[in-house]
Amino acid sequence: MHIPDGYLSPSTCAGLYAASAPFWYVALQKVKRQLHTRFVPLLSVFAAFSFVIMMFNLPLPGGTTGHATGMGVAAIVLGPWASVLALSLALLIQALFFGDGGVTALGANCFNMAIAGCLTAAFVYRAISGNAPLQSRRRVVAAGIAGYVAINVAALFTAIEFGLQPLFFHTASGAPLYAPYPLHVAVPAMMIGHLTIAGLAELLITSGVVAYLQRSDSSLLARTAPGAVSSEGTAGFKRLWVALAMLMVLTPLGLLAVGSAWGEWSPEDFRDLASRDQIARASGGVPLPAEAPSGLRRLSSVWTAPIPDYAPPVLKSTSFGYAMSAIVGTGLIILVTSGATWAIGRGGKEHADDSQ
Amino acid sequence: MTASKGGRRSVLEKTLAEILSTVERAEEANRSAQGAGFLQGFDPRVKLVGLLLLIVAAASGNQFNALCALLAAGIVLAFLSRIRLRQMAGAWVGALLFSGAIALPAVFLTPGPALLHLPITGWALTTTGLRSAAFLTLRAETTVTLSFLLVYTTPSTHLLKALRSLRVPVTVVVLAGMTYRYIFVLLQTALEMIESRRSRIVGQMEAADRRRLLVSSAGVLLGKSFQLSNDVFLAMQSRGYRGEVYLLDEFNWRGRDWVGLAGFAVAGALALVGGR
Repeated sequence: MHIPDGYLSPSTCAGLYAASAPFWYVALQKVKRQLHTRFVPLLSVFAAFSFVIMMFNLPLPGGTTGHATGMGVAAIVLGPWASVLALSLALLIQALFFGDGGVTALGANCFNMAIAGCLTAAFVYRAISGNAPLQSRRRVVAAGIAGYVAINVAALFTAIEFGLQPLFFHTASGAPLYAPYPLHVAVPAMMIGHLTIAGLAELLITSGVVAYLQRSDSSLLARTAPGAVSSEGTAGFKRLWVALAMLMVLTPLGLLAVGSAWGEWSPEDFRDLASRDQIARASGGVPLPAEAPSGLRRLSSVWTAPIPDYAPPVLKSTSFGYAMSAIVGTGLIILVTSGATWAIGRGGKEHADDSQ
Repeated sequence: MTASKGGRRSVLEKTLAEILSTVERAEEANRSAQGAGFLQGFDPRVKLVGLLLLIVAAASGNQFNALCALLAAGIVLAFLSRIRLRQMAGAWVGALLFSGAIALPAVFLTPGPALLHLPITGWALTTTGLRSAAFLTLRAETTVTLSFLLVYTTPSTHLLKALRSLRVPVTVVVLAGMTYRYIFVLLQTALEMIESRRSRIVGQMEAADRRRLLVSSAGVLLGKSFQLSNDVFLAMQSRGYRGEVYLLDEFNWRGRDWVGLAGFAVAGALALVGGR
């Protein structure tokens, strides 16, 4: 897919350099802001990785072999903008030192593979994987599809650039001056190879690397999956929610118990004879004072709960009221906890942004 | 060993061979660039700007004479710069195979007056197709020769620093320089990983196993890359790096560089005008 010099007209090359320039500028600004001082070593090492990965010969079903470009892996691990820069750097080194892709066609190669390819891979991966856990199989499938779609989008752009050459650049006798095939030849010729062999190689390497990282170091996948939680965490949360729901349903069991809970007496219980007997029995026969202690009397009237004894006054059924109280109480706790978590998280993020 | 039936090389061997060939080519280019020769004596900025001008002229050339003259100039410069023909031949054959494979069908597919018909298939070989294929191949050979000259007469570090003369941002130059350096570190790592794995394989491996092995190797390499990036970052920080990058400009512009630049400018202008 690396276009050599002389296949595209100088005006096409210039146009694609110009088209790539704003993407490079935005990518550089974004990456500098996100990674701050880390971006220089991270990008250069990852660009070197992209270069090396392009040399891996992958055996494909059918006995043939194929090379991957690594655009899918780069987009998934680094994110869209950093991967644009990393792949562009790899393509620059390839063109300048190894003759793989032309110097005049560097803008076109970067536009096709680094920009269109990486941004497509990042978008497809994000769209399919969503907030799935890092260890989810869905992420492996998403990675494979992202790599496959990305390399084919890049190939389609390349084919269109090739196919437009004979249309615009030819001699008076009609002889094409640059890439000789029109769109109806260039597009199928390019796409057949990429929809089958090259696409398959990209699919296998991207999904394979993601599956490997899930087993070995899933933190490398976390950069582009901020909403994802680990699968163990999700399972744990699910079990917690189920247990909580069961407890809410079982709350009316508390009504089967008779009398007051030990130590939760009200001043009225000290006046009621039956209650006094029950308190005395539960307290090992120790005699009760004649009336409720003064402190208890004074403080018990400081706050009156809106739903005393878990029995909303509007509900006639005690059991239903009891269950409703459990649901409302749990809901209030979740609401307060979520609000506090959001506020703390936001404060922490602002602090991190300020410190950069 | 993983050699498959019929003496064909396995994917592991192919990958190893490709990595070794890349490293050897880079070492060869650096040796040649540091040796004595005509172009080696010029400032890297002269060579970068001058040879890029000639590459642009070749890439846009539409006249056989201009393209042939540029190719001839490239060969003469290579000879004067003591680049061996064997080294150039590798690049020429590669470009010929790649361009030939693309250009050959154009000889028959491009509409135009038929020059001759193939005996069995009856396919018409057209003059427009032939002209188009010849342009493509000649242009590819010329640009490859000129790119080859640039790399084989300029040390890699100098070539990257010279990019500043084209107003390439200093950050990009530093990134490219570091990338070039770490390519060889990672190539060495990949080489050792694959070599050590290959030495422990007895008998034939299934295609699926070979695939898994290479994908796992890619994953391990990715992990090692991140580890390396962290190590590099810490090393840079310990030396006072705070996010700003600087480049030492050690080039020394001499009188002969003006002459060289003028020569390239004249040749480029002639090729651009004559190539129209």
